[in-house]
Parts: sequence; structure tokens; C-alpha cells
Amino acid sequence: MRNKAIIRLLFTVGVITWLSLVLTDISIVLSSVSNIKAEIPAWLPGVILNLFIITLFYYYKLKIERDEVLSFVDLLWKVFATGLMATVISLMLRLIENLLGSTALTRNVVYQDLVYLINLGLMVSFLIMTFTVWKRLILYQKSKWLLRIWAVFEVGLLLSLAYNSLKLPVVNWVFGTLLTVFIVLGLILSGNLKWVAYLNFRQKWTSLLLLLLTIFYLLYIVYTNSSISEVIASSSKNFTDYKIHIFILSLIVFVGLYSIFSFLVILFNLPTTSVFEQKLEEVVNFQRISQSIQTEQSEQSVYNILLETSVSTVFADAGWLEISGDKQNVFAYRISDKEAHEIVNHLNEHHVRGVLDQGSDKTRNLSKHLASLKGSRYRSILAFPIYVKGANIGTLALLKELPDGFTKEMTKIVSTFANQAGISIENFRLMEEALQNERYKEELKIAKTVQKSLLPQLLEKDNDFDISAFSESADEVGGDYYDTLRINDHLVCLIIADVSGKGTTAAFHMSQMKGIFHSLAQRDIEPDDFMLQANQALVYCLERGSFISATFFIINTQTRKIKYARAGHCPVLYYCTEKKSIEYFKDKGVALGMVRNKSYSNFIQANEFEYKKGDVMVLYTDGITEAKDARNEEFGYERLSEVISEVTQTSPKEMQDHLIKRLYEFSGTENINDDYTTMIVKFK
Amino acid sequence: MISIKRLQEDGIDFIMVVGEIDASSSIELDLTIAKSVGEGFSKILIDCSALEYISSAGLGVFMSYIEECKDRGIKMVLFGMSDKVANTFSILGLNELLEIASDKVQAKQMVNGL
Repeated sequence: MRNKAIIRLLFTVGVITWLSLVLTDISIVLSSVSNIKAEIPAWLPGVILNLFIITLFYYYKLKIERDEVLSFVDLLWKVFATGLMATVISLMLRLIENLLGSTALTRNVVYQDLVYLINLGLMVSFLIMTFTVWKRLILYQKSKWLLRIWAVFEVGLLLSLAYNSLKLPVVNWVFGTLLTVFIVLGLILSGNLKWVAYLNFRQKWTSLLLLLLTIFYLLYIVYTNSSISEVIASSSKNFTDYKIHIFILSLIVFVGLYSIFSFLVILFNLPTTSVFEQKLEEVVNFQRISQSIQTEQSEQSVYNILLETSVSTVFADAGWLEISGDKQNVFAYRISDKEAHEIVNHLNEHHVRGVLDQGSDKTRNLSKHLASLKGSRYRSILAFPIYVKGANIGTLALLKELPDGFTKEMTKIVSTFANQAGISIENFRLMEEALQNERYKEELKIAKTVQKSLLPQLLEKDNDFDISAFSESADEVGGDYYDTLRINDHLVCLIIADVSGKGTTAAFHMSQMKGIFHSLAQRDIEPDDFMLQANQALVYCLERGSFISATFFIINTQTRKIKYARAGHCPVLYYCTEKKSIEYFKDKGVALGMVRNKSYSNFIQANEFEYKKGDVMVLYTDGITEAKDARNEEFGYERLSEVISEVTQTSPKEMQDHLIKRLYEFSGTENINDDYTTMIVKFK
Repeated sequence: MISIKRLQEDGIDFIMVVGEIDASSSIELDLTIAKSVGEGFSKILIDCSALEYISSAGLGVFMSYIEECKDRGIKMVLFGMSDKVANTFSILGLNELLEIASDKVQAKQMVNGL
């Protein structure tokens, strides 16, 4: 808003100064012609002209220099429009003069001066307008030095106004030197024509036309002004002559020079425009390929973009992209599958290696080999391998009907395309992988929930004993299992098991173990028989290297005896109230799944013991004994029995809490790396 | 971390296992034994004197070769285990299925059928 107001103000000031210039100059001319002593000092019109110039200078500066939206052609158009307006007004004045013919009015020096001043005003605005536009064009892609030279030029020109205003004694050599300096600076600056390169073909033609007309206007206006000023000079010496005005003269020369330079440069640039445009398109295409990873939904689109851009960049007549992999994928462009196959076969038959056999890591330009293929339009072929993570995933082939149709530059640019496409596809696959991993994690979470649900919610209760159990698994799905099952009013079965390995397979085997336990234990069988049959059942499901360690108990509350068999599981820790001793049971037994034949019965042992009131049986998995502290030391069997012996008089739940607390204290972290499972039975 | 070295001496393949065998390093152990079996060695000695820890997956590897060794008449003997590692083997009952010697001399005798 503020800017607009200033522009309007400057415009008004410009009009006022011009009007006052007209008034003062005419009155001086009039008095000089009439030989009357002028009331107005002779230097005033010069000063007013300079004020007019400065006003216009800032007017256009604000109007054009700050306007970011204007394109190069827009700018030239503005210059052209101003020139047109100036020329049309000037021509109309001429027309009026011609219509009136040679009358007293036209011969009147006042009229002549008025016409001159109108023309001068038009010329000055046209010059300053053009100067401002040229400034923008010259300073496009500026350097520090360019800016400095321009600053010197511009400030110098403005200072020259002061020289003119002061009406210093016109010493010819000062005038000449200053003018020469400005012309030289203008010449140096006129060498900056970088903007021309950014015009496309059409814009160049438009610019040529506009510049040509601009030059014409300039010539016409300068000619008009000089002819009128000569006429006036013959009758009055005291009018404001622009010919002694360094600023105007320098501007005429500079504006003219730059217009001609631009015209010529654009003219000579015309034939190479297509090359520049092509380079620009290559850059855009390159960006398209590299950005396709963000925007495209599939590898297919990356391939399509690669083929399209490659074909359009090298002006190929046809092409195809063959992607090897699970299923052969061929993207063809203006070529039938049959034709492509013929070319492939032809090259194979002629043992042209390294083009389409994907054995070469180099781009090959094998134009000559197609010359011998009959019935095909194509005479040149260019092939590129596409690499993803060092593996060749496909071949890009481009065809031309011309022999030797591919240049070195084309080879280079398409090779970069192919590389970039490889990178895009690699990124794409990495992203897919990351998504897949995320999905696996989600599945693992589900598996963990399933595994948790396999553990009993409620344990058997009895008047003879209390049971408390705890199980916590690491981030991964674990394979610890415990369960209880009542056979009748005096028989209760217990089991604790640990599946080797972790993850979903472990959880899967654990569920099998649960099935086996529930079906076998129902039948009231002996513990060693239980193990034999469980082993037999598991042999068919456990893969090589997998096994399950387990201990199976049958508690008889009538006889107060416990029968059990241990199959490779951690030994039972038993606290005996009578002896006040705590010890591990020493018995033998091989884990389930280790011996996969009938001889397993030799490796399993049936055991039996009696329990007393206050006795404690601690069952656990190796996650507890193998828990490590910061110094990589294991929790161990000794520490386990020590911790339990501290709390033998409490309830199983309290014992369990104590054990877990000590375990976490020992490992120093809540992030366990294995499964912790305990089942503590206290007899009453 | 694990480091496995192989060394052939008098027709016996010595496999030295150094470090800890967990789920991931057990694969390397499996590959080494498979290679030895594949190369046709009928006498394999596994030096466990520098074995610090073995997980159930590692034990599974030894277990998986028991039957293959029996079928192909290969003698595989482990020796030099620390008490802790030996305890891990015995809890699972593997000491009854595998041939385990206390030292190299005894292991050599066992493998040569003396």
C-alpha cells in the first residue's frame, strides 16, 4: 500500500516537474527571442529537468525493479509498450504539424519549444524505463563484481546530473571524458546477457521482435529530438538542450548498445536453443526418476518413468525394459513383443555379448550389430543394465531407425537415468522391507498374546498344597509352559516345560505340549510312560535340533506321595522341613525329542518321594538360573537355593515375589532377555 | 560371540569352539560340523575347553548330529568342558547321548575306539 502511494506521488511530482520545465523553458526562450531580460534565471530549467529525471528514475525503480512476477518477455514487452506510446504521441504531433502546414503557429518558437519539450519528456521516460529494465536483465545471476560495477555506473550517472545542474563552465575535455567513461562502463555491463539462455524458442522470437521495435523507437525518438532541437537552436540559444546533458547522452548510448547486443545474442542463440531446452528437460526427467520413489506406489511406475524418460531424452524410436525376477516383466514402448524377441534372438545368435545377456556391467552402444538383422526397421541399439544392491535386475534397451543414432552424451545421460532408477528401486524395496518387518512385529505380538493365553488362568487348589506360578517372557515370544490338571479327588498332575528356541515356532510347540499334557494326563498314567508317549508324539512335530525339556508330576494327596519324571528339565529344588535342608533332586532324564526312537525308555527314569507338611517344591525354567548381571555372571543354582531358603516359612506367593524381586535386583534391569517362569508348591 | 577353528590331525577333525553359543552363533557351529561330516571325517573331536556358555539352540545342534553320527559310523567326542557347561549338558540328559571326555587324551582314546 505504502509503495503504491509513493509510486502515485512520484508520478504526480513527475508531471508537475515536467509542466514547470515547460513553463520555465518557454519563458526563457520567449525572452531570449524577444531580447527581453529574463525574469527567470537561465539555470532553472536545467535543474528542473534533473528533478524530472530523478523523479522518473525512482518512479520506474519502484515500479519495475521490485516487481518479482515479471518475466523476461514481460519486461521487454513493457519497454516496447512505452516506446510505442512515445512514438505514437510524437508521430501525432508531427501529423498535426503537417496538417497545419507552414503557418505562423508552427514557425513560432514557443510552439516549437513545446513540441520539443514533449518529445524530450517522452524520450527521457522511455530511456529511464528501458534503463531500469536493462538493469534487471543485466543483474540476473549477478556476481559481487557485477554489482559493484553497476553501482559505480548508476551512482556516476546520478552524480553527472549535479554536474549539469551546476552549469559549471563546460570544459570540453571533462564532458568528453565523463561521457567516454560512461560509455565504456555501459559496454562492459552490456556483456551480461545470461538471461537470454533461459528463453525458450518461442520467447526468443518474441524478444527479437520486441527488441527490434525498441531499437527502432529509440532511433526515431533520438532523431526527432535532435532535428527539433536544431530548429530551435537556430532561433534561440537559451533552451534546454539535451545534447550537453551527459546523463541523457550516456543513457541513449547505453540503452542502444544493450538493445543491439541483446538482439544479436538472441539471434545467434536461436539455433542452439533446442539443445539447451533438451538439457533442461534431462534435468527435469532426472528429478522425476529420483522423486518417483516418494510419489509412486509401485516399482512398475518407476520402470515406466525410466523407459518413458529415456526414450524421450535420446529421441529413440522404440525401446523396452526387461526386468528379470520371479516373473519376467517386459515394458515395451512402440515395439511389439515379437519384434523385441527377434532382436534379442538375433543378438544371441550372433554372440553379441554384453548387451542383453546381463553379463556386462557396462553400458554398450552396439549399433553395428543390428545392421545385419533383416526385416527390422531398427539400425541402432543401446543397452543398459539396471543394478539394485549390486545385482543386475534388468536391462533397458533403446532402439533407433538411424544407423549409429546414439551419441556419447546420450549414452551418458541414459546411463545416469538407469543408475538413478536402480537407486529408486532399491529405496523402494527397502521401504517395502521396513513395512514387512513392521507387519512381522505385529504378528509376533499376536503370537505372544496367543502364547500367554495358553498358560492357565487358574491353578488347581487343594487342601494339601498351595501353588503359585509366574511367567514373564522377553520381547520375543517364549516357549515356557506350566499347567495343572486334576485327575480325581486325590490325584493332581503338574507340568513345567521349556521349548528350545524362541519365537513363533516355540509358541507353536508349546501349544502342542499343552495338547499332549491334557490328553495324556487325563488317563492317569505313570510319569515315565507319560514321557515316553509324549516323546513319541513329539518326534513327528519337532524339527531337527529342537527339543522340549519337561518335568511331570502326579501328586497323590491320599498317600502323600509324589511320582515324577524329569525329561531334561532343570532339577527340582526341594525344601525339607524335617531336615531343614534345601537341595536339588539328582535324577536322570533326557529331554523330549532328543532320542527319536523306542530306545528313549532307557533314558527316562521314574521317581517317587513323600512330602511332609511345610515342604516346598520349587519348579523353574533355565531363564532364571541363566539370568545375568552386569558383569555377565549367572544367577545360578546356588543363588537360587539361597534366595528360596530365606523365605521357606512364607506362602508360595510371597516366596515367588521374593524370588522375582531378587532376580530383578540381580540383573539390574526389568528388561529380561529370556523367559522367567516359576511354579512354587507348598504342602500343608 | 563365537569363534570356531578346525584343525586336522592323524585323520581326526578337531573343532575348537571359543566363546558363547547362542541362537545365532549356533548356526555357525551347525555349519562347521556339517562341513566336517560332509568332508567324510569319521572321527570328530570337539574342544569345548574355551566354551563359556551354550544355549538350548547350541545343544540342539549337537543333539541333531547324534543319530546321523550313529547311522554313518562317525565318532564324535566332546571334551574339556567347564563344570558349568557340563552341567548344562547333563541337565538335558545329553551326557548320556553324547560321548563326553574330560580331556584331549581321553577323547583321542575314545575316538580311536580304545
